Amino acid sequence: MVRVEFLGPIQKKPLELDITNLNELANILQDDSEMQEWLENSAVAVNDTLVSSRDFELKDGDRVALLPPVCGG
Amino acid sequence: MMLYLYDGALNVPKILEDWYAQEATSNYGAYIPFVGTVRSEDGIDGLSFDIYEPILEKWFSDWQEKAKAKGAVIKMAHSRGDVMLHESSYIAAVFSPKRRVALEFIDEFVEDFKASAPIWKYDLRDGERIYAKDRSTAIKGSGILS
Repeated sequence: MVRVEFLGPIQKKPLELDITNLNELANILQDDSEMQEWLENSAVAVNDTLVSSRDFELKDGDRVALLPPVCGG
Repeated sequence: MMLYLYDGALNVPKILEDWYAQEATSNYGAYIPFVGTVRSEDGIDGLSFDIYEPILEKWFSDWQEKAKAKGAVIKMAHSRGDVMLHESSYIAAVFSPKRRVALEFIDEFVEDFKASAPIWKYDLRDGERIYAKDRSTAIKGSGILS
């Protein structure tokens, strides 16, 4: 299973999904009405490292995080 | 790691003094701090922050390596949770042998901090915590799932 967490202002509980790459996650989240405003502007990290392509393999135990737009300071 | 996270407002004089003392005999010629303070605007009562620490630590450690390559050191403090008007939520400082490196680094570091550090800001208004979406920046590479 892959755990998917939604950080900061995205008001969504973590998901535990049986997926093997980020393409599958994209398909699942694109069908989720809660996520429409966030997919375009969120970055994605796998095991706390930002990734730049959705052609990214996932394995059992991986943690995916979605990071919406930031504003520190 | 010279990254310091606190619950609530920063004790600015104490942090600046501690950092000064830490490097007092390190032979740096320049100590350039930037202090970010919450201003009264648009009727807010204050700001509030969420931080995702694992990625913040990696981001900071990459910057520390860049600083080290120039003989400099970076320190940073940030608040978690609520920070009210005229209190401070952010301090960044660069120490370097000569002033030019520190002046340039503080500028680049704070700009990248604004664009990349995994911290989310909310306005506090009438007891509500409202995400500051229009002042936020999408992290480079966002949108790969859309």
